[in-house]
Amino acid sequence: MLAAAQVNAGDTAWMLVATALVLLMTPALGLFYAGFVRSKNTLNTFMMSVAALAVVTVSFAAVGYSLAFSDGNGFIGGLDHAFLRDVGFTPREGMTIPHLLFFAYQATFCIITAALISGAVVERMRFPAFLLFLLVWSVAVYPVLAHWVWGGGWLQERGTLDFAGGVPVEMASGFSALAAALVVRARKDYGRQALLPHNAVFILLGAGLLWFGWFGFNGGSGFGVGNASILAFTNTLLAPAATLVVWFTLDQLRDRKVTAVGAATAIVVGCVAITPAAGFLSPGFAMLLGAVAAVPSYFIILWRPRTRLDETLDVLAAHGTAGLVGILFIGFFAQASWNGVSDGLVFGNAGQLADQALAVLATPAYAFFGTFAILKGIGLLMPLRTSEHEESLGLDVVEHGEEAYATGEGAILLTQEDGARAAEVLQPVPVVP
Amino acid sequence: MKLVIAIVRPERANDVLAALHHADVRGVSISRVQGHGGELERVETYRGTTVAMSLNDKVRFEIAVSDDFCDPTIDALLEGARTGEVGDGKIFVVPLERAIRIRTGEADEAAVTPVAG
Repeated sequence: MLAAAQVNAGDTAWMLVATALVLLMTPALGLFYAGFVRSKNTLNTFMMSVAALAVVTVSFAAVGYSLAFSDGNGFIGGLDHAFLRDVGFTPREGMTIPHLLFFAYQATFCIITAALISGAVVERMRFPAFLLFLLVWSVAVYPVLAHWVWGGGWLQERGTLDFAGGVPVEMASGFSALAAALVVRARKDYGRQALLPHNAVFILLGAGLLWFGWFGFNGGSGFGVGNASILAFTNTLLAPAATLVVWFTLDQLRDRKVTAVGAATAIVVGCVAITPAAGFLSPGFAMLLGAVAAVPSYFIILWRPRTRLDETLDVLAAHGTAGLVGILFIGFFAQASWNGVSDGLVFGNAGQLADQALAVLATPAYAFFGTFAILKGIGLLMPLRTSEHEESLGLDVVEHGEEAYATGEGAILLTQEDGARAAEVLQPVPVVP
Repeated sequence: MKLVIAIVRPERANDVLAALHHADVRGVSISRVQGHGGELERVETYRGTTVAMSLNDKVRFEIAVSDDFCDPTIDALLEGARTGEVGDGKIFVVPLERAIRIRTGEADEAAVTPVAG
């Protein structure tokens, strides 16, 4: 494979763009999530995504990338590429883009996955505890699952197909979010007051930017400009559109009104569902997947708020469930004439469905118990939640000393001398023991 | 007749509404106000600018009640709004000279009594 070690200019150019597109998804997610919370928690919610940009990039470069993508055993990679050792301009075996670019692209995946979990704990989790969680989770959970399906791990060995991250991104974030919601527990007002999104325009704009970035997420997961990438790119247009149509229909039947927040949710659900399957399904089956995936997510989102489970932004429904549907769908409808890799059950290869089913059993278990253990551990070191009083003040002021919508009314400018005095005289926020 | 004016924490406004509801007090107006009641100031920093926020968001309730309903209203406000921390707010009770229900022209006690059903 001498030719494989050559860098291809077209592939590399696209992957540079795709990497930037995926990176954009994390602030887009911050905006999407920020719209869903009450205005007093806008910045904190957004900052949880920004925090992933900070912490996860560093941890992934340090060890995460190596644990996912260097040689190891079936469960986890080794430390050969720790601190980006031997990650240079020469492509990885069988690839046509510089290894360094491959790393950057994979890093953006780990960043957004970790940021997704914040949706389960917004409006009450302490920021320092979340930073520590990001650090540990991005080393102990994501790389393991990425290794399973992409880094030469046991699922990849068996032949489980996951084009762009149904396992390490979507199911991992969804089931980690479930564990996080259970450990961190519900907001104090949950179930007592109506807790409404404060800005639906943020939600729509965030969803739009996510969809835009998702073309890099799925379209780049062929690592070039080959047929698989073109198929994945186009399927990323088709599937969410089908999800939107079904979601509109379900909304219309249920309440005689098509909702904007529902539409934004549908875009995410459709993008998630097609993620694992993007390069494996014909365009027609991609649309069918988008349509089918709408149904379970729709009803879980309806049902979940009636329970005591404050998985606040429904990461499990939008990502865990839709990702699971996408992974299984490959087992039925993958088509070798389109993907050049494998057929599914419908095209005569029942074995593919079995391999997909394995991923659907193992991934949620690892993500759930891994996250559960990490958060219980962090809970022993520091409080995971703010006090009730702080929660009612809102985490923007409590955690960041800023407001998203500061009017400036009543703001007294402190000079430098005041600033020194302020630390003594003025307490940042009254803390109730 | 009395006009009960209460300035409360915004995060307690829903609790106050619930308490008023339980006390069968209907007919409430609220408005968002800013004020300062002696609580500690928050310090916020935006880039190089550090400010002390001397005004806090509050919610003002205005409730016109007949004399019999004055004390239950005050009790409900205390129950809903109190956290025990500085900054819980104030209740002012002022005599109300006249009240007229615009829809019917009913005056005074009749105007502040909720319509049955």
